[in-house]
Amino acid sequence: MSIPRVTLVPGDLIGRDLAPFVVELVAAAGGAIEWELQEAGAETGEGPVPAACIESIRRNGLALKGPVQSPVGEGYESPSVTLRKALGLFAGIRHIRNLDGLASRYQGVDLVVLRENTEDVYAGLEHEVHPGVVESIKVVTRAATERIAHFAFQYARAQGRKRVAIVHKANIMKKADGLFLSAAREVSLAYPEIETRDVIVDNACMQLVQRPHQFEVLVCGNLYGDILSDLAAGLVGGISAVWGVDRSETVDVFDAIHGKVPHLMGKDVANPLPMLLPAIALLERVGQHEAGQRLQNAVTSVLRAGVVRTVDLGGRARTSEMAAAIRDAMR
Amino acid sequence: MTHTIVLMPGDGIGPEVTDATVRIVESTGLKVSWKTHLAGQLAVDAGLGTMPAATLDAIRTHRIALKGPITTPVGKGFTSVNVGLRKALDLYVSLRPVNSLAGVVTRHTDVNLVVFRENTEGLYAGREHEVVPGVVEALKIITEGASRRIAKYAFEYARWRGRRKVTVVHKADVMKRSDGLFLSACNTIAQDYPFIVCEEMSIDRCAMELVLDPTRFDVLLMENLYGDILSDLCAGLVGGLGVVPGANIGDTSAVFEAVHGSAPDIAGHNKANPTALLLSAVMMLRHIGELVAARRIEVAVERVLSAGQVRTGDLGGRSSTTEYTQAIIDALPDAKEIRV
Repeated sequence: MSIPRVTLVPGDLIGRDLAPFVVELVAAAGGAIEWELQEAGAETGEGPVPAACIESIRRNGLALKGPVQSPVGEGYESPSVTLRKALGLFAGIRHIRNLDGLASRYQGVDLVVLRENTEDVYAGLEHEVHPGVVESIKVVTRAATERIAHFAFQYARAQGRKRVAIVHKANIMKKADGLFLSAAREVSLAYPEIETRDVIVDNACMQLVQRPHQFEVLVCGNLYGDILSDLAAGLVGGISAVWGVDRSETVDVFDAIHGKVPHLMGKDVANPLPMLLPAIALLERVGQHEAGQRLQNAVTSVLRAGVVRTVDLGGRARTSEMAAAIRDAMR
Repeated sequence: MTHTIVLMPGDGIGPEVTDATVRIVESTGLKVSWKTHLAGQLAVDAGLGTMPAATLDAIRTHRIALKGPITTPVGKGFTSVNVGLRKALDLYVSLRPVNSLAGVVTRHTDVNLVVFRENTEGLYAGREHEVVPGVVEALKIITEGASRRIAKYAFEYARWRGRRKVTVVHKADVMKRSDGLFLSACNTIAQDYPFIVCEEMSIDRCAMELVLDPTRFDVLLMENLYGDILSDLCAGLVGGLGVVPGANIGDTSAVFEAVHGSAPDIAGHNKANPTALLLSAVMMLRHIGELVAARRIEVAVERVLSAGQVRTGDLGGRSSTTEYTQAIIDALPDAKEIRV
């Protein structure tokens, strides 16, 4: 078996602390991955997402990535947006499932949020028309909508899921969201075995917090997808239970959905799961099911035992201690 | 004194929930002169368009209105009733208090927060067009003036209601200019309120935190679309649109409203739950300074719902609108029991 090469982008935030543990645990689980380390962030001096990083991901077709800083209200484009554009990562995928051993108000949730990643208000088209008056442009195209819709229905079909919900606000944005809705509806006709409904984004959020089990696959534009994928992650425990995948035809970027927590950095206190879970998904993706399963079982047994947990999970353990507990659980 | 209040009962279950609310408000002993006016489908049927001039004039004159669920007829040329009201009266504040109700069991408890939504701009201006076939652009407009105005209202509200923290919700790491402007305008206003904590949070993270632990929030402040989305999300935390009140407020007038639909399927069957409109009336009474009457109604609702004997079908009970209304009237505490 050839050893897959994967670009590892710890980023300039908490991933720096977590990446070494992830590499160690993947190896301890018997995962065979050749990591190609790439820096990202403003401190690289080559822009927040250096060309070498993009090139490495493109070449390897696989990456594991931690969060990268994006300044608020000023400065360079969001690095996530840059990466999605550069690599054509048009689909954002979030599996929302309860993690065995992690308590949550909602149980038995099993849904997928699919997000169109390339347009909408994330295109970076904005300007000050007049002092104190700014406009941002929301772009919706038929081509990008059809692409994500086909992706969604094929994804549903491949996973044996029966229902797809198209999320929109076409009652207000009659043309922009109207195009998204009608294009996605037309695509749905090619998948008659799948039950399609559409749901207005505000109602979708309310339904998700009241009755999440009614959903199997939700397909959304960029902004709604951003919001819904984090909301849905919250249903099952947040960053400790959920990871993201950004996908193009040829590239998969596995993403920790950790927020900015500069106060936790460098202190050996952060929860390792946000970056370990995408690594497990990566092992599955490259066909190393045994290693992935071993790591997953170890995480479950540590969570179930409930003794060694980081502070955000209600315990007092350090990152290194929780990582050690996971490693020990694989023996 | 007698309060004059414009009443738009609406359609579907609107007249039933409005009757219930009026009865309960009057049972507190308040003197109200209700001025009933048409809007939406009923106004269209009467040949007056969705938002008749007489209705708008009445609200301008009396400044306070209570509105039941109103259907905007589908079809060309009808502007939504809500949009019509907001524009004509410059109701730039959307205010949605979200509270866990005793006796309404959900996965979340002790929710007590307020969502402020800027009502006039963002992506709701209707500025959109097809650039070439298959490519549409819509404009999101954010102005410093409108952002400061809503922020000022939210911080004033926080101050008078003794709330301690305002969370400004945005996506300024991506929309650096538009959401950046909203955020900086809010931060500028916040400086005048050093006794209120002002934090910022991105919209996606906020959605996650709200389902993980809504009790960490107090006042939430945001632009139009985010407010639309999060106010319904928050309603879901406490039982849905049937139990949350709402208001749209401007500098000269205020419209208090139930935000749920008109439920034509159960209209006229004496089954509708009037709680959302009733709690909107409670907000309205506070707004006009009738604090004791407002609290009395609130306590009565809490008593009836937590006793659990009398509740409407949507809350798992079998009582009629009339029975529920009477139960609340019977449960009204004496004014002297109330501290405000």
